[in-house]
Amino acid sequence: MTEFLIANMAPVMFATLVVFLLSGFPVAFSLAANGLLFGLIGIEVGLLKPELLQALPNRLFGIMGNDTLLAIPFFTFMGLILERSGMAEDLLDTIGQLFGPLRGGIAYAVIFVGALLAATTGVVAASVISMGLISLPVMLRYGYDRKVAAGVIAASGTLAQIIPPSLVLIVMADQLGRSVGDMYQAAFLPGLTLTALYALYILAISILKPAALPALPPEARNLRESDGSNGLQSLAALLAAGWAAAWSFKTFYLAAAKPNLASDEALVYSAVIGVLVAYGSALANKKMKLGLLSKMAEQVVLVLVPPLALIFLVLGTIFVGIATPTEGGGMGALGAMILALANRRLSMDLLKQAMNSTTRLSCFVLFILIGSSVFSLVFRGINGDLWVEHLLSSLPGGQAGFMIVVNLLFFSLAFFLDFFELAFILVPLVGPVADKMGIDLIWFGVLLSVNMQTSFMHPPFGFALFYLRSVAPKEVKTSEIYWGAVPFVGIQVLMVALIIAFPSMISVASKTDMKEQIELNIDMGTDPGGDMPGVDFPAEGDTGGDVTPTFSSAPAEK
Amino acid sequence: MPFFLSLSQSIDRFNERIGLTISWALLAAVLICSGNALVRYMFNTSSNAWLEIQWYLFGAIFLLASPYTLKRNEHVRIDVIVGRLPKRTQVWIDVFGFLLFLLPASVLILCFAVPFALESVRSQEMSSNAGGLIVWPAKVLIPAGFLLLTLQGVSELIKRIGFLRGVVDASAFEKQQATPEEEIEAIAAANQLKVSTPLSNNTAAEA
Repeated sequence: MTEFLIANMAPVMFATLVVFLLSGFPVAFSLAANGLLFGLIGIEVGLLKPELLQALPNRLFGIMGNDTLLAIPFFTFMGLILERSGMAEDLLDTIGQLFGPLRGGIAYAVIFVGALLAATTGVVAASVISMGLISLPVMLRYGYDRKVAAGVIAASGTLAQIIPPSLVLIVMADQLGRSVGDMYQAAFLPGLTLTALYALYILAISILKPAALPALPPEARNLRESDGSNGLQSLAALLAAGWAAAWSFKTFYLAAAKPNLASDEALVYSAVIGVLVAYGSALANKKMKLGLLSKMAEQVVLVLVPPLALIFLVLGTIFVGIATPTEGGGMGALGAMILALANRRLSMDLLKQAMNSTTRLSCFVLFILIGSSVFSLVFRGINGDLWVEHLLSSLPGGQAGFMIVVNLLFFSLAFFLDFFELAFILVPLVGPVADKMGIDLIWFGVLLSVNMQTSFMHPPFGFALFYLRSVAPKEVKTSEIYWGAVPFVGIQVLMVALIIAFPSMISVASKTDMKEQIELNIDMGTDPGGDMPGVDFPAEGDTGGDVTPTFSSAPAEK
Repeated sequence: MPFFLSLSQSIDRFNERIGLTISWALLAAVLICSGNALVRYMFNTSSNAWLEIQWYLFGAIFLLASPYTLKRNEHVRIDVIVGRLPKRTQVWIDVFGFLLFLLPASVLILCFAVPFALESVRSQEMSSNAGGLIVWPAKVLIPAGFLLLTLQGVSELIKRIGFLRGVVDASAFEKQQATPEEEIEAIAAANQLKVSTPLSNNTAAEA
């Protein structure tokens, strides 16, 4: 018996884990208990050293000090504040009006707004609930096919999983040992492609089955001018004015005043100017009742700019390299509070509720991580990682066989498990194997994230469907929601295939690690002849080992 | 039993208060993080202390609020199979889970964590980063969190046994957010939506 156990410790431990998890007791504690049980057994039979378990507190301390994970509560908090700030409602109303006259217009609006919300919040439930409450009734009233309407809402809500800043990608980056910033950049294009595929599907339906996706009738278009025109010329004029302002700022001011500014930064600053001009004119038009712009133009600009600004504040600063993802999250959370305050929706109740939900989410996520690190400490101790590696690398077909099996595994487990469980339990097992096979872990992480996105759409347990069911009117049958989601699960599988077929879709110019540079800079901060506050440093040619920090490369005349 | 039930209630109240209080640390972390980033960007000055205080706060949040999350039964479960079993069976499984999984695990971690933290207190350990903070308050959070978690585990066990003996209502330990209704209501209210779901009728009636 003992000999059998010693020889097969890893498979026995893994099988026991499955039983423990299926018992339905909270995952975090089942994992920890499993790890400790086998740790004690291993010490008893002499497989493990007694000191192994004493490493536990230090591991916990390592989890506490993990700067990356700090982004999880920040982005969650930001999402919770935003979902109650009225932003989703404004966006859906206005974009619905803008696209509404097209065949299937509301469906496009849902996809577009879903992607926009995804780029700000990273919380699936919020998008699905808002769209289910706001857009679904409109679509039903004007005769959209119920299956298509439900499917497009559920699917667009799950975009929050793949478009940065998403929680999945943070966890993936952490588990695969890659930087969150790189993971975000890598996921951006696949996220947009997925959005485009959803839109293409709607286009296909509107051609094949026009009756399923009618256009909004004229009486439902409430952003028209008093003379009945749609006000699109005015919108085009406003956008042109913004673009002209940006262009002239770049050509006449920046070129003269800051000739050696990097071109991408110049682009960013002039874009900011252009957007400000458009936003300023729309705001002035509204406040002073100038009547120079159409209602449509005014409304579209006023509604679109705040989320775009927030996206820039969070993703832009991370991508350009001004901020770490954690700082991006912190600033995003602050920005969300300011936005909610500006919309007069920030109350003490809302704040407390958001802090509370975030706290509980952080607890259960971090405790799964604690449980899984107890498990993996012991699992590695008994060479379980070698067992898994042997199992996976002996698959026929080498790399391709491995990718197929792993993707099938994740796809089928996603029916029952949610992504936190998959990411914390399975990813650490398959990640090292993928690395040894020479698979790029960033690519691998994004691929698995797209795959796991289906876990939100799988009938009957998918969270997005569950939330949609709770907000959808009774006339929408549950089976219609389920069948509506199926084509989108198909699109998801197609996307996984596309990523495998075109790996170049995910390419990241590997940048020097932002965090290291910050700490370097701070260490040098005490150096007497060192950095002077407010001095303009050139960013170019910075190797990261230098005293000159990249984040001070912006003009410091403020 | 009455003694145990009142013990359980005191533990619940205590851990709930701690959980609610510690969630303010999140707001503090957000402000420190964004403030630090802005100051660093504009004046190019910062200190490791500001980076370290953020994760001290985060550690405090997830370690000290975990008992409260447990009280609300919000630690994730895989209930695909178990969810179909009768209520009493599920509670029995929970009783075994608390006795065999949670309590031994958290007591064992507590046993390892106490000497780990004491050692740090004794040596007045400082962070190795320049300008860093003292380390022991962060290390003490680990045993503190697992002590509270053990207490909460005892309280949950008492409530489950009370239910099986018919003196405690299942609502005392059921997940408080089992349905998304709470959240939907909040979103609908925040957006001032007039919706045609059965839910909104309730909100309309209340308003």
